[in-house]
Amino acid sequence: MPENDRITLRVARYRPEQEMEPTWQSYEVPLRKEWTVLDGLNHVKDHLDGTLSYRWSCRMGICGSCGMTVNGEPQLTCSAFLTDFAPGPVRVEPLANFPVVRDLVVEIDDFMNKLTEVKPWIIRAEDKPLDEGEFPQTPEEMDAYKQYSMCINCMLCYAACPVYALDPDFVGPAAIALAQRYNLDSRDEGSADRRDVLSSAAGVWACTLVGECTTACPKGVDPAGAIQRYKLTAATRSLKDLLWPWGQR
Amino acid sequence: MARRSPEPLLWLLFSAGGMAAALLVPVLLFLFGIAFPLGWLSAPDHTHLLSVLRHPATKVILFGLCLLCLFHWAHRFRYTLYDGLRLKNLSLVISLFCYGGAVAGSVAAGVVLFRI
Ligand code: SF4
Ligand code: FES
Repeated sequence: MPENDRITLRVARYRPEQEMEPTWQSYEVPLRKEWTVLDGLNHVKDHLDGTLSYRWSCRMGICGSCGMTVNGEPQLTCSAFLTDFAPGPVRVEPLANFPVVRDLVVEIDDFMNKLTEVKPWIIRAEDKPLDEGEFPQTPEEMDAYKQYSMCINCMLCYAACPVYALDPDFVGPAAIALAQRYNLDSRDEGSADRRDVLSSAAGVWACTLVGECTTACPKGVDPAGAIQRYKLTAATRSLKDLLWPWGQR
Repeated sequence: MARRSPEPLLWLLFSAGGMAAALLVPVLLFLFGIAFPLGWLSAPDHTHLLSVLRHPATKVILFGLCLLCLFHWAHRFRYTLYDGLRLKNLSLVISLFCYGGAVAGSVAAGVVLFRI
């Protein structure tokens, strides 16, 4: 690739103190083989326009903070290579389905609140004293939830989900997958505590299995699969309650 | 127990319907729509077919297939109207139409089948 190749980033700008509606601004950045869209944005910030706002941290697909809409698709900008979009231009917009705070920065409170609602931590009926040692787990027991534990909370799945776009109350893909990450953990005893939120109308039943979340997920979490699985759990449970109403604890 | 929402049961019917349709309908379509008319397989004669149809097991299976397929349709069509056409505010009417339609269709299928 020639040294002086360049590519245009068409970036959505929104500065609430000076404009009512988002506008577009184009920047030319070097097109290098090893450069990602995030590197392009960092070049803009460092050399062309220090006012551009966006989130990032790890630059290696771990922190989950650099999600944006690149050419219409939700992506981690630190994993999206500029050369894949050559000759450009590359459209960079904030993540869809979230309110925009400024430029490429979105408001994530809704997701954060939903996350705590599903109690994504290990719940025990009784805490075991430290001196009784650890909770051993077999490789099979770990495999039961490992895939769901790969989630980095990047919210690409929410940006991709058409149900969340229509119904912001939907608990959503990552939160349900994370609830399953703990429900399926042999050390956890909290599935009853998560049931009300998960099996509510805004929980798994809002999902119509479009599957865009799984396509968008950069970590192979398969939230759509997690939701389907929980639908079966919840449906079997209701069937039991219906046929065996006195069998509940 | 918190609330008794019919959603889980409707979803079970929907899933079972999808499964039943995917497994049985292609076989029936292949036999009666392609293989028999084209003479790939020799078609059973009318009296034979009628006696198969009159067997209680056949009736139960066909009735189950019709019912499940109709409930599968109802659930999917309800969400198509909700989300596709953004008609969620008409949810009561839509639910009555979809699931009512499935019930009516199942009754009709039952009447046809059990009268044979
Ligand atoms: S499930 Fe995947 S897309 Fe959704 S937040 Fe987690 S890592 Fe991101
Ligand atoms: S910067 Fe951390 S995931 Fe992209």
